[in-house]
Amino acid sequence: MKFVDEYRDPALAGRLLTEIRHTVTRPWVVMEICGGHTHAIMKNGLDQLLPAQVELVHGPGCPVCVTPVETIDRAVAIAARSEVIFTSFGDMLRVPGSSSSLFMAKSAGADVRMVYSPLEAVALARQNPEREVVFLAVGFETTAPGNAMALLQARREGLTNFSLLASHVLVVPAIRGLLSSPSNRVQGYLAPGHVCTVMGWQEYEPLAEEFKVPVVVTGFEPVDILAGLLMVLRQLEAGRHQVENQYGRSVSREGNLAAQRVMDEVFAVSDRAWRGIGVLPASGLVIREHLAAYDAERKFAVETIKARESELCKSGNVLQGLIKPDGCPAFARECTPEHPLGATMVSGEGACAAYYKYHRTSHA
Amino acid sequence: MHDLNPEDFSCPLPIMEYETIQLAHGSGGRLSAELVSRFFLPRFGNETLNRLEDQAVVDFPQGRLALTTDSFVVDPLFFPGGDIGDLAINGTVNDVCMSGATPLYLAAAFIIEEGLPMTTLHRILLSMEKAAKTAGVQIVTGDTKVVNRGCCDKLFITTTGVGLVPAGVNISAANLKPGDKVILSGAIGDHGMAILTSREGLSFASRVRSDTAALNGLVDRMLHASPAIHAMRDPTRGGLATTLNEFAASSGVGIMLEEAAIPVRPEVRGACEVLGIDPMYVANEGKLVAVVPAEVAGTVVDAMRSHPQGREAAIIGEVVAGNRGLVAMRTALGAQRIVDMPVGEQLPRIC
Amino acid sequence: MCLAIPGRVVEIFQENGLLMGHVDYSGTVNKVCLEYVPEIAVGQYTVVHAGFALSVLDEEEAQQSFAAWQELVQAVAAQGTDIFGKPLEK
Repeated sequence: MKFVDEYRDPALAGRLLTEIRHTVTRPWVVMEICGGHTHAIMKNGLDQLLPAQVELVHGPGCPVCVTPVETIDRAVAIAARSEVIFTSFGDMLRVPGSSSSLFMAKSAGADVRMVYSPLEAVALARQNPEREVVFLAVGFETTAPGNAMALLQARREGLTNFSLLASHVLVVPAIRGLLSSPSNRVQGYLAPGHVCTVMGWQEYEPLAEEFKVPVVVTGFEPVDILAGLLMVLRQLEAGRHQVENQYGRSVSREGNLAAQRVMDEVFAVSDRAWRGIGVLPASGLVIREHLAAYDAERKFAVETIKARESELCKSGNVLQGLIKPDGCPAFARECTPEHPLGATMVSGEGACAAYYKYHRTSHA
Repeated sequence: MHDLNPEDFSCPLPIMEYETIQLAHGSGGRLSAELVSRFFLPRFGNETLNRLEDQAVVDFPQGRLALTTDSFVVDPLFFPGGDIGDLAINGTVNDVCMSGATPLYLAAAFIIEEGLPMTTLHRILLSMEKAAKTAGVQIVTGDTKVVNRGCCDKLFITTTGVGLVPAGVNISAANLKPGDKVILSGAIGDHGMAILTSREGLSFASRVRSDTAALNGLVDRMLHASPAIHAMRDPTRGGLATTLNEFAASSGVGIMLEEAAIPVRPEVRGACEVLGIDPMYVANEGKLVAVVPAEVAGTVVDAMRSHPQGREAAIIGEVVAGNRGLVAMRTALGAQRIVDMPVGEQLPRIC
Repeated sequence: MCLAIPGRVVEIFQENGLLMGHVDYSGTVNKVCLEYVPEIAVGQYTVVHAGFALSVLDEEEAQQSFAAWQELVQAVAAQGTDIFGKPLEK
């Protein structure tokens, strides 16, 4: 596959690793914000190949993991209504709410369907005018433009039976929250290449300046990640703190303006609760007032559903980089992919699931 | 299997009064008899089946019997590269022959939802006929039930197979020994991705075709090369990763794989990348994985490569004494990772 | 977070008033919304996430960074060690 295979070349990856080894003179802590990076790092075993001085900390960049319990509870409540066809990306189906998941709701009789694109949910609304089609709109800035387009398309087609249960999150406010924390140990960041494809990298510039941290926008193949790391480490060693772009083939400084415009037309920025972390100011997106007719939360009056999280689960600390997944007392004991306590164990991208899947030798 | 086109066959659709299956076709009365005599017997007919007894009575050679049963509930019924019919034959033939046995006889039971078009049933029976002929097995007994609309999804088929295990062959998941080599017969993930990309809703047009095929010819050739095969399975549901985890657990050994040695077709990889699915966990219906002593591994691989179902056969890893019960993989970059059992069905993901 | 894969645009068309296209990933083709990359042409590569094309991949930029890495490779090779610090075989 062009634009994939050449970025998996073991020889090139090997040379980048050697260069990293030559660059590093003392310990550094670098966070990969994005769950996609975490997944690629674990799957390829990159962490085992890095010099011991380079510590990788896994960030909160898994939208499935940070979706609050009460969003799942609301989804389950809406899905249970007989007139509803509830649609979702495959990721969210297994995520546990307080007492149920969408999969459990399905086996209890709810009409829950998996879609690959939000436009497939719009098509379902078109084909089933007598039913209410609800789409669970989760994700970061990468996913929000598509979901926004789906809403606008439903409005354009005059489909009044389509709505979004929206639970979008924003990356930069989360990083700001982490950097502001007194317990922060992270010295440099790999920024998420696909979020930046939409948003560009200029929004990281004030952050790099204010907190004196290097940020490198990074792609998702092994060569990308190693090159991005090398760029962060070179900055750290040189005492620089700039925003650099390793993923130039897809990311520009301004990002995708058309996508940003549509996102802004549909969503407004608001405070948002992150599962395991708590409320972060201006870190989420809600459907704008004039589009309330397409907001499932209001349409089905589920705002009143509140929920609490498991007290055993330390996923909040994992997501903030305070502990590694296997540092949680429940890891691989009370909490496994079969019986997850927190979403970080559910999503393939969740740090806990990635540790369980690829990295469990010492626990087995 | 190749494309099955009903027009390729000389026998046209038998003329029936009804265009779709009626509840009465399962009543045991005249319509049932007509369905059997006009639809099933012309396709599968043989001396044993034609007697229409409640059971098949057949000659069976002396020796050890291998017996297996499997139900097929695939959606959609027809998919690129095959359909539920050849799947039901090949799946059971493969389960029999993974013991080293020569498959001899099959039983087939059909649960049909009322309203299934006769043409659909006919097309599936043609494909079963062709698959059974290719595999060299006879369907010697069967059953047909019709259920109310909504009580099953169009058509379920259960096939049961028996075969004869040759003397001196002892194949079991519990037989792995440190030092053994793990051999894979060809590229993984074809069947599962063919099904997933042809499901409604996921707007795919894909070149991915199911690999459904009977493997008894290949197994025969392998056993001729060396009867010392320790373990053998066809990695269907749960994929190669699940089968190897079963081997490691049953034998109390570890398995170390080489990522770069495991073949995946480009179009299967493309589909897996798009949907965020790992081909190690995707179903195959025409591949096998065998574990053999190191000293015969080369001979077995050569024998496999001389058979159409084994042209891409390769050694993909070895059995190790450490990491008991675990499957691990050396990544293309030289690191190691665990290849775990999957929790449930792999779902397309966006993150 | 966001699984997005590069593919080649093989066809561009309108559907329900949206700019859509077929994108090929080594033989698997799916339908993708191109509204966010209206400038894209058949034959170009795009990064696709959840059915939406989000960027037109810049081949020139990709070649340049590869050239830069290639220099790195040569520089490292000149040092004569592999990733584990062992001398390279020549």
